[in-house]
Amino acid sequence: MYDCVIIGAGIIGAAAARELSRYRLKLLLIDKAEDVSCGASKANSGIVHAGYDCEPGSLKAALNVEGARMYETLVRELDIPYRRNGSLVLCFDQKEGPARLRALYDKGRKNGVAGLSLISGGQARALEPNLSGEVTAALLAESAAVISPYEAVIAFAENAYTNGAEFIFNTEVTGIARLEDNFSIKTTGGDFVSRTVINAAGTESDTINNLVSPHKEEIYMQRGQYYLIDKAHGNFVSRTIFQLPTMLGKGVLITSTVDGNLLVGPNAENFRKNGESIPNITDTTRQGLAEVCAKAARSAPNIPVRGTITVFAGLRAKAGDEDFHVEEPVRGFVNALGIDSPGLSAAPAIARKAAGMVLARLEPPFNPRFVGTRSHGARFAGLSFEEQARLVERDSRYGHVVCRCETVTEGEIVDAIHRPLGARTLDGLKRRTRARMGRCQGGFCTIRLMEILSRELGIEEREVTISGKGSRIIL
Amino acid sequence: MREVSLAIVGGGPAGLSAAISARESGLGGTPPAGGIVIIERGRALGGILNQCIHNGFGLHIFKEELTGPEYAHRLVEACVRLGIEYKLNTMVTDLGTDTDGAKTLTLFSREGAERIRAKAVILAMGCRERPRGALRIPGSRCAGIYTAGLAQELVNMKGLMPGKTVVVLGSGDIGLIMARRMTLEGAEVKGVYELMPYSGGLKRNIAQCLNDYGIPLKLSHTVTRIEGQEFGRGESSDGCGRLRGVWTAAVDASGAPLYATEEFTACDTLLLSVGLIPENELSKRIGVRLSEVTGGPLVDDSLQTSVPGVFACGNVLHVHDLADNVTLEAYRAGESAARCIRGGAGAFGVTGGVRRIGLRAGRGVRYVVPNEIILPAGPKPSAGPDAEPGAEYTAYFRSDNVYRDVYIRVRLAPEGSCSDSEGAVIKSVSKRIVTPGEMETLKFSLETGKAATLEVRIEAKG
Repeated sequence: MYDCVIIGAGIIGAAAARELSRYRLKLLLIDKAEDVSCGASKANSGIVHAGYDCEPGSLKAALNVEGARMYETLVRELDIPYRRNGSLVLCFDQKEGPARLRALYDKGRKNGVAGLSLISGGQARALEPNLSGEVTAALLAESAAVISPYEAVIAFAENAYTNGAEFIFNTEVTGIARLEDNFSIKTTGGDFVSRTVINAAGTESDTINNLVSPHKEEIYMQRGQYYLIDKAHGNFVSRTIFQLPTMLGKGVLITSTVDGNLLVGPNAENFRKNGESIPNITDTTRQGLAEVCAKAARSAPNIPVRGTITVFAGLRAKAGDEDFHVEEPVRGFVNALGIDSPGLSAAPAIARKAAGMVLARLEPPFNPRFVGTRSHGARFAGLSFEEQARLVERDSRYGHVVCRCETVTEGEIVDAIHRPLGARTLDGLKRRTRARMGRCQGGFCTIRLMEILSRELGIEEREVTISGKGSRIIL
Repeated sequence: MREVSLAIVGGGPAGLSAAISARESGLGGTPPAGGIVIIERGRALGGILNQCIHNGFGLHIFKEELTGPEYAHRLVEACVRLGIEYKLNTMVTDLGTDTDGAKTLTLFSREGAERIRAKAVILAMGCRERPRGALRIPGSRCAGIYTAGLAQELVNMKGLMPGKTVVVLGSGDIGLIMARRMTLEGAEVKGVYELMPYSGGLKRNIAQCLNDYGIPLKLSHTVTRIEGQEFGRGESSDGCGRLRGVWTAAVDASGAPLYATEEFTACDTLLLSVGLIPENELSKRIGVRLSEVTGGPLVDDSLQTSVPGVFACGNVLHVHDLADNVTLEAYRAGESAARCIRGGAGAFGVTGGVRRIGLRAGRGVRYVVPNEIILPAGPKPSAGPDAEPGAEYTAYFRSDNVYRDVYIRVRLAPEGSCSDSEGAVIKSVSKRIVTPGEMETLKFSLETGKAATLEVRIEAKG
């Protein structure tokens, strides 16, 4: 019997588990993928939004601003890559645009966002010389930041695990039955009984809700496509560059990522599920990529798209009314539903709110052994020569560079495999160490990584997968 | 800090050959002090040759047909015989210039961190393959997509087959070789698709790797979309399954796909042979100027880069078709580095002491190496332009298209003129065909002192 079962090991599920692990609770996270952060949390813009564009009074507005503030301490406690780089919203005309920028500024003030200012087109270009000459004015938000979204999930999950939460992967929830005082959760990996449930299933959160709640929900999915560009162009912009938002969201952005790449995207394409899953929904498309390119060029005409190292698409799980739903439709069953942008920014606050509903039911004592900090382990590339040399002296495997593009060592690879909830696959390693994430995209190191995974996990090299079942390197 | 005369970054054919020639040019000193050191990041010397188990190497230099590993072995044996020191599993993470002009290298290996100083450095890091992402091909991010070189390492070094039904995109030499290799190992290769109207590989590879096995070569075609397995609910972990096929289409003269011609080819494996990129991240650290065309350093005819004492050869400089050409180029780099260490010429673009003139790519030529030539010091520099009669140079270049019945020429181009103006012909050779897939060489001598800049061109007959 669990106190709380959390369905979905993305940013919301992982953050909620970490929050609940402060208490003496028996916790279980279930995810259908082979690792944490395999859904919307792995493929997004990686931005902690300042919070000026949510409607004042909405749950999004409150939780975005609160979440962004919480990250400032969380990133230190949990060793999450994060950089406060600021953002600009651009407008390109003299009439409507400046008025809409002013409205955004006012919204931001109402939402409690600090560090906002309206600047001229010339001032914007002085800050970011690659911006278009067409920019007439901009809203500068100093509190916006970039973050590694999957490393955030991994950090929350590892910390929750260390504090006692259990995780099972490759397991899908197929049914939830409400019993007298608890829930029976049927899965492809057996049945579990729990006093409470948190539904953090992202694009499937409607499906999970509809298994148990009389109030049926429908999530629609919004796909966004991106270009990830070589670090050689990472300083093309230093801030996150938005355009005035449209009906479909915040529009196409250009940003330097926390790892120093340049990221351009997303577009917005809506998909309704009609009860069926849509094949290859995370594919990129010619039209989508062309749209991103064309729209981004308005902000900055000379984006170095030729330096692209990969293109990808991610999904946003949207509720019909465009707001977050953090609710308890059935006593003890808590939804975190419709968590689209700014879901990453708001995640710590969403998780705290959802966890609060569970805590109100269970009223547990504190976990006396809770440790609130977690360290990522050495990141060789970011160290000084002296620090690197000391590391190699301590463990010779840190002297063996495996991924040459991102300078990732064997020591880091082995650590990523053996740490709590360690990597089992090439993508798991990629998200934890950046190996295969650089400009050669694994051309040189894939086989070395297969060898290390095989050796450390005691599996055959031919069994190594990119991301779990069905994705072997060797056929 | 340990001091060496010459540090060579990379132990493939370029690094090995450069070491051999530097030592044979009299660069002395016994290890560990004062000598030559090769730094190799892989676990063996020989570089990519070790996985090129096909034959056809060494026809020019060794006058016999060798496999890649045999070719590498000849070079390694020579290095060992000459007592050249080498470090394996060692990564150079930084390269810089000390206050006294010496080069500093930061090395990491399992044995620890080390910094060494060298009087000269030869860059011989080779190149990397362009990955799928660089092409921005839309579709699924599924398993089953490999660069041809990665597949080659899997098959030849690990004995592991990446797939059973294969499409190859790009007709570079590794792609052609792998089309044959996969066929020999029992896979079905459905075709090689090439964006350009001509192959980027050697003629002999098209004959021996495709034609002999009945593998179709589709010129002016490309892959427009990649389709992964479709998963029903409950089957997929996160959408990354195996490749199920690719969509291909003919392209127009500008290379844009004609989507009306799109068709689906079922396959579980896509091999990419779509270009090689010289690996110059380290070169940038020390401030070496790079060519925007080749991605390799700008060099003079001694193969010295824009940084004095730093030389480059092999695929880090420009991508070669033949290992023999790499070896010959590296011999020159080794000699030059030895001369430089003994006290020689200044760097690329530095005019002090020696006279240099530019060598540039003209009509029909995509790039030329070297970018500058050093004129021998004349006895009386004041007497005007002063190339000594008979000074021999070689231009290495690639055309920008297929040309038939043409002259390849070196001409004088008066400084500042546009490339269409006609200067005196220095050297002219008639060619039946010139293709981008085969590097051309043109030897010429400068007997006149009128040159300010030279230009390599491809010119129609008549």
